[in-house]
Amino acid sequence: MAHLGPLLKTPLNAFHLQLGGKMVEFAGYEMPVQYPEGVMKEHLHTRSHAGLFDVSHMGQVRLYARSGKIEDAALALERLMPVDVVGVKPGRQRYGLFTNATGGILDDLMFVNRGDYFYIVVNAACKAQDIAHLRAHLEKDCEIEEWTGRALLALQGPKAESALSKLAPSVAAMAFMDVAEVQILGVSCIVSRSGYTGEDGYEISIPEAKAVELAETLLANPDVHLIGLGARDSLRLEAGLCLYGNDIDTTTTPVEAALEWAMQKSRRLGGARSGGFPGDAVILDQLAKSASRRRVGIAPEGRAPIRVDAPLFANETLSQAIGRISSGGFGPTISAPVAMGYVPTDYAKTGTKLFAEVRGSRLPVKVTDLPFITPGYKRS
Amino acid sequence: MLKFTEDHEWLKVKDGVATVGITSHAAEQLGDLVFVDLPKVGALLGKGDTAATVESVKAASDVYCPLAGEIIEVNDAITGDPSLVNSDSEGKGWFFRLRLADASAAASLMDRDAYEKLIA
Repeated sequence: MAHLGPLLKTPLNAFHLQLGGKMVEFAGYEMPVQYPEGVMKEHLHTRSHAGLFDVSHMGQVRLYARSGKIEDAALALERLMPVDVVGVKPGRQRYGLFTNATGGILDDLMFVNRGDYFYIVVNAACKAQDIAHLRAHLEKDCEIEEWTGRALLALQGPKAESALSKLAPSVAAMAFMDVAEVQILGVSCIVSRSGYTGEDGYEISIPEAKAVELAETLLANPDVHLIGLGARDSLRLEAGLCLYGNDIDTTTTPVEAALEWAMQKSRRLGGARSGGFPGDAVILDQLAKSASRRRVGIAPEGRAPIRVDAPLFANETLSQAIGRISSGGFGPTISAPVAMGYVPTDYAKTGTKLFAEVRGSRLPVKVTDLPFITPGYKRS
Repeated sequence: MLKFTEDHEWLKVKDGVATVGITSHAAEQLGDLVFVDLPKVGALLGKGDTAATVESVKAASDVYCPLAGEIIEVNDAITGDPSLVNSDSEGKGWFFRLRLADASAAASLMDRDAYEKLIA
């Protein structure tokens, strides 16, 4: 999205510059795409040790039921998402999707039952629109507050637990998608055991005045390196996770995007709270039958990375493209190119051979299972 | 004769043949390379034509032909190990050899001092 006027800055902006961050525009913010170590080493360090990411550009929102009953807030959120919100217990987080009337995806998000309110983290590029959307539809039943004055840091990788538990021992006992209020450096933080890399790890919402101190304290541990948005993208791509704006948007439905797992039984046909969200007719019909196209993993057979918008073909000669790459690049962990894309459902079977066009050449690729790596999530 | 272009290529010119690569400054800016696509031997290229493509984890970039000529040799070592371009950009990381259409054309390119000033 084009941004006019000066770029926004996170509370860690000066800290990034001081540590040699190469700053770029992202979603209206000035953000570090990499540090002197470079994307490749940052990526590999996160997989082998731990990486610290500034994701303070993301939107943090609190949603309270006007009735004071969390169930009412849950039912209100279910009016905007094809997701079971009621069933999320206090202290637990779930992946969610705002849909539109045609079944397209307005944004993807994480939401947390905090006991007396829902804590929601949304994409930076969508946050103003998401908050307006929540207010337009839920204002009558809910108070919607953008939680400003907070930074958000992600600590990801197999050494994340040992690094963070030195500051807050209780986080070691958390399981994947658990969320707790934890005292860190003397302030109250919201810590979730989740992330966007395919690794075990945490996301830490902290008052912005303490953000630099937390980053410095974590980086004093040699296991922890600072990681930019470049490696964040290659890590999530290897993990098969969608990037809003690339892999999902208003023209893709959750079924086309292979996100059926995010839509629980209670919201499907025959479920206790079936339908009742924007685009329900389209999405429920696709869930019952199938969609005409599907997001799949794409493994290039050669060494050349195949990037976003490269057209996909059924063979080497036909001129009509059958699909396109939605995200693609190089996967440092597997030392090979990795991609995702949309293909007609008939071509979505694992192992199907296709061709992608890059600089005028048709390169052989194979439909593959996602993710490309074995996730390190700490399941309870 | 060692020459440089504003597009961050270097040329070592001898007997009308230029060995061409990208500068260490360019390699540093691109980051760790993961893929290199080289021209075909025998290709006739004009000045400014896309001669090669280099890719990092994050992005693809073109390498331009610094002068008109014919590709007479390419460095297959860098397609096998693109990291050579990062580790030894002005040595083992060379890209291709170009028989210049006009052997005197290289004289108009920058020398090292002028290039160093450009990137300073």
